[in-house]
Amino acid sequence: MVLSLNQRAAILSLALLVVGLLVWEFSIPAQKAATELTEYERLMGLGQERAGVPPPSQVFEKAWEQLSKPFYDAGPNDKGIGIQIGYSIYRVLTGYALAAAIAIPLGFLIGMSPVAYKALNPFIQVLRPISPLAWMPLALFVIQDSEASAIFVIFICSIWPMLLNTAFGVAGVRADWVNVARTHELGSLRTAFTVILPAAAPTIVTGMRISIGIAWLVIVAAEMLVGGTGIGYYVWNEWNNLDLTSVIFSILMIGVVGMILDAAFGVLQRAVAYVE
Amino acid sequence: MKPFLSIENLTQRFPDGQGGTMTVFENANFRVEKGEFVCILGHSGCGKSTIMNILAGLAEPTSGVVKMDGFEVSGPSLDRGVVFQNYSLLPWLSTLKNVTFAVKARFPDWSREKVHDHAVKYLDMVGLSGDVIHRKPSQLSGGMRQRVSIARAFANHPKLLLLDEPFGALDALTRGTIQDELLKIWSGTEQTVFMITHDIDEAILLADRILLMTNGPFARVAESVEITIPRPRVRTEIIEHPNFYAIRNHLVHFLGTRSRELAGQQGGERPNRPETVRIDKTDPADDPAEGAPVLRAVNH
Ligand SMILES: Nc1ncnc2c1ncn2[C@@H]1O[C@H](COP(=O)(O)OP(=O)(O)OP(=O)(O)O)[C@@H](O)[C@H]1O
Ligand SMILES: [Mg+2]
Repeated sequence: MVLSLNQRAAILSLALLVVGLLVWEFSIPAQKAATELTEYERLMGLGQERAGVPPPSQVFEKAWEQLSKPFYDAGPNDKGIGIQIGYSIYRVLTGYALAAAIAIPLGFLIGMSPVAYKALNPFIQVLRPISPLAWMPLALFVIQDSEASAIFVIFICSIWPMLLNTAFGVAGVRADWVNVARTHELGSLRTAFTVILPAAAPTIVTGMRISIGIAWLVIVAAEMLVGGTGIGYYVWNEWNNLDLTSVIFSILMIGVVGMILDAAFGVLQRAVAYVE
Repeated sequence: MKPFLSIENLTQRFPDGQGGTMTVFENANFRVEKGEFVCILGHSGCGKSTIMNILAGLAEPTSGVVKMDGFEVSGPSLDRGVVFQNYSLLPWLSTLKNVTFAVKARFPDWSREKVHDHAVKYLDMVGLSGDVIHRKPSQLSGGMRQRVSIARAFANHPKLLLLDEPFGALDALTRGTIQDELLKIWSGTEQTVFMITHDIDEAILLADRILLMTNGPFARVAESVEITIPRPRVRTEIIEHPNFYAIRNHLVHFLGTRSRELAGQQGGERPNRPETVRIDKTDPADDPAEGAPVLRAVNH
């Protein structure tokens, strides 16, 4: 029987996963779970090395427990993983949508007008390399609200790839296609929507995809700083509880959600792609 | 009577890439009458597409003006339909949508079905029907893309049809069919056609007049050759017309040697006008005593 490339790859992936999990499981000697340590042992840091990493079986158990009731809410420090992820996604999408609403029209302008490009370029070049978290203190001071500050940080980190890619995509639209619009006497708005937007869409969506990836990376760090809710806060909280099983579980969840967000933009990217 | 299209003292210079300028043509003057079918012949790089872009309003000449119906051309217009040398189809639209895109722009108050039917009719005219019209340009052959581009321009009934080597990528058979369609569309209307071609026989078959360009830089529209073969012209029959070979030989001779000999003559401020050449062996006024070839050059 000859297997297709995809089938062979799937089998290899599965084998790697199983081997990896087995190695992980059996490299961790039987141990007392961190929760079973006495207060004294915990304070002294005793049992730390042994209580370090839980085996995958425990992580699975935790995942089962958490995913079977994702939306429970038992006070500020005990919310289901679904609620925490929901908060994070809400912040990411809000900040991201605001960024897109500004970056795409502004990118259009910059792409269409060499003057606007030259005028705005120095600002972009200085602002772009700033770590989004460096804005946090300023945001907290000016906005005076941790929730809005986290959204602002997402906004500021996701705006640059969208802005630059939109400008780049719009500036690179082939003159031939613009000439088609001109010979058909399309107004500037119709030209923008029926010719330039579809022509630049693949580049713009690539920028959007990079932005959502960065936004999801940054939200975890931002929530660790501002606290309260969200998957980043959850990770930090579980670390403070020394519940490494939950930490590993939430790390995996961060990866899965990031993958889903990226895949959604992958679908969008395929939808707007064209072959010249 | 004022000419339909009048090109006055047109000059185009480009930067030559080494800090200087390169003059494609200088002080070019010629006219096209309403309803006329004019072909322009010249070697590659002499500036035919450059002239075409200026006529279309897509490019600004360095100096000089183009007037259509007495008004100066500034910017493109739906009255001037263009078939671009590189087809210029929008790759994200299907073949059909590429045509409906144009029809919608031309006839904004038509209903959706009317636009659709009109587009389908013109695609069918260039031999594209069935599944093909739902494919993207990237899934078509070069000749098919060229035909879509032709259908897009024809469907819009522009007053002036500008064709930049519209049949270059077509096989002889398809080329013949579409030439016939073009003649049909043109003869049924008041349309004026300005067409660039490299094919001498095609030019003789289609044109009322052929403009001949010398090689660049400083190219000139040197001659305007009348095609003294009556219409309707049939591909297989025109070769038997007494004027056919006389005209053909004149054109071949021009492109073969004279386009080179006449090249690079800088006219300075003097306007360059093409010499009208009328070759007619059937015209008794032509004095055979002057000897063959019966060739008469008349200055404007
Ligand atoms: N935008 C431009 N910048 C600089 N030079 C140009 C530009 N466009 C055209 N040229 C030059 O002008 C000359 C004429 O070009 P054009 O495209 O009009 O030639 P053409 O007669 O259409 O040739 P072909 O038959 O190969 O299509 C060429 O020498 C070309 O290099
Ligand atoms: Mg050309």
